[in-house]
Amino acid sequence: MNILQIAWKNIRKNPAASILGILLTAFGTGILCVLLVASKQIEQQLTSNSQGIDLVVGAKGSPIQLMLSSIYHIDNPTGNISYREARALAANRLVKLAVPLSLGDNYQGHRIIGTDSSFLQLYDLELEKGRLWQSDFETVVGAAVARNYHLQLGDQLYGAHGLSKEGSTHGHPYTIVGILQSAKNVADQLVLTNLASVWHTHEDAHGDSGDEDPENEPEHAPAAGQGLPDNQPPHLVKNMLEGFGSGGREITSLLIQYSNPSAIAILPRLVNQSTSMQAASPALESARLFSLLGIGIDSIEVLAYVIMVMAALSVFISLYSALKRRKYDLAIMRTLGASQGKLFGIVIAEGILLTFTGALVGLVIGHLAFFLISIRTDDAATLLQASTLYPQEIWLLATGVLIGLLAAALPAIKAYNTSISKTLSGTQ
Amino acid sequence: MHTIMLESSTDTVVRLQGLIYRYPLGVSLQFADLEIPRGRHTLILGDSGSGKTTLLHILSGLLKPTSGQVTIANQDIYQFTTKQLDHFRGQRIGLIFQDAHLVKSLTVKENLQIAQGFAGARIDIGRIREVLDILDLSDKENDYPDTLSRGQMQRVAIARAVINRPAILVADEPTASLDDRNTASVVELLLRQAEDQGATLIIATHDKRVKNRIPHAYQVDTGTSSNT
Repeated sequence: MNILQIAWKNIRKNPAASILGILLTAFGTGILCVLLVASKQIEQQLTSNSQGIDLVVGAKGSPIQLMLSSIYHIDNPTGNISYREARALAANRLVKLAVPLSLGDNYQGHRIIGTDSSFLQLYDLELEKGRLWQSDFETVVGAAVARNYHLQLGDQLYGAHGLSKEGSTHGHPYTIVGILQSAKNVADQLVLTNLASVWHTHEDAHGDSGDEDPENEPEHAPAAGQGLPDNQPPHLVKNMLEGFGSGGREITSLLIQYSNPSAIAILPRLVNQSTSMQAASPALESARLFSLLGIGIDSIEVLAYVIMVMAALSVFISLYSALKRRKYDLAIMRTLGASQGKLFGIVIAEGILLTFTGALVGLVIGHLAFFLISIRTDDAATLLQASTLYPQEIWLLATGVLIGLLAAALPAIKAYNTSISKTLSGTQ
Repeated sequence: MHTIMLESSTDTVVRLQGLIYRYPLGVSLQFADLEIPRGRHTLILGDSGSGKTTLLHILSGLLKPTSGQVTIANQDIYQFTTKQLDHFRGQRIGLIFQDAHLVKSLTVKENLQIAQGFAGARIDIGRIREVLDILDLSDKENDYPDTLSRGQMQRVAIARAVINRPAILVADEPTASLDDRNTASVVELLLRQAEDQGATLIIATHDKRVKNRIPHAYQVDTGTSSNT
């Protein structure tokens, strides 16, 4: 029998003394694990979803809201912007790619986005099957949407107003003509169509009649790469969402990719100062958002560390008080030939086994908790994966081992120094 | 000082020379020299408080004397490092105490396994079964100590002491809490085990009942040894 087996046997024989240490370590590790996995995944989502997007241009309001609504699709838009103004901006030579977004409806909580084929280019999306939309009310759905609702090419779906599933449904159905390959980002959760379909939907729904002169339609923006959709029907949508804005077609926002790094210094200022729109940088805004979240994360982390310290104390106390009971056992082991080092090792092994077990249980609890959180928040942008293991979790286990080591150090030294003779003759 | 004389030193299994032990409080004990030839079972007699246990610990390598030499199986044991001494004790000295002191979290078999393991011997299940069989404990192999009777625990302790075929078998007051009948059977058992395993038995006791079976004795309180 080796040291670990002897230590393990002793833990098993005295479960009451061990359980508190294991539980406390498990809770501490569990909380740290949830924090780790959550912040990793949020960070990953934030970066992968905003990859390639240098600037979001939308209606004035909160820049974080603009970013959340147009990139992560988890908040309501700030309002609408003039399509003409957006096109003018897209024509700027500093803009490599400009993707128009027109938001307003959802399908089962998945946002329906009016856009053009540049959207696929921006997110590097490929079609799994089918084709891109060619006429109004044709739609291409994200991989997760198709999977969750078992959607096939040719199926029809109805949109509901806003971003919540409970919104009123609109009359005109969309026909699925394409399904996207999974891109492991927010695009998987979206329903894409052309801008005109979104305009039509709201026009129908709100009974607005088109009165715009077809000749007023702005020119196709040449610098916008893929460009914005031409071939727009001559209708005006007065209200995209909130019912304000008039006198021209409106979209919700524009996602912009710079053609040239110098745009960083020029474009946002240009938009914010000389237009009625606002520009938000996803990198800056997500950093700001993260630092706001960070305060909360920090305080939970402190709590987790406090629990870990309590775990260490509990393991220390249980090992230390057990020494009194076990000193005969230890002395006998010495008489049987065990060296002082062996006894030291046995006590250390016990401490480490306790906290290591606790840390393992904690990781399981953490992932389980994360799984529960992720199935409760099935928001369009939630792509949390409870089963993903991170290399950093090794460090959580290592922390567990370290805590066991620290907690067991003093009892182990005491075991090391136990005088066999005094213990056996009962004078100590 | 009177010493038991021997034919040949190589057959001496225990030799104590010039032993003095000073307690931390300043009281010191002086022990008479002693030589025990292989196979001559010997009692260490003395009233409680006379230093019997101290001597027993010194000759088992548990307590370093202030001065003097302890030679077991031709090894001056206090020349060893602590680790070497632990190892030597595990292999060559079998210890039996008044209480069995089995490791409670381990089964009977595992208690014997650690006795082999700590002494650096190979784990030999055959040997464990053999010893358990001799001591009539075969069916207790997988039992935990707290399910055993006092007598059974005592027998497991004896099994543990002899498992590595030690040169000397040292027992400290093994009969102190036993009635006459059990005393006799424990002494018989110890003697037979010592004979069977080729060990020399050394029993520290103030129990006069033990004296009938073992003629050679070493008196601690007077510091002399005697043959009765």
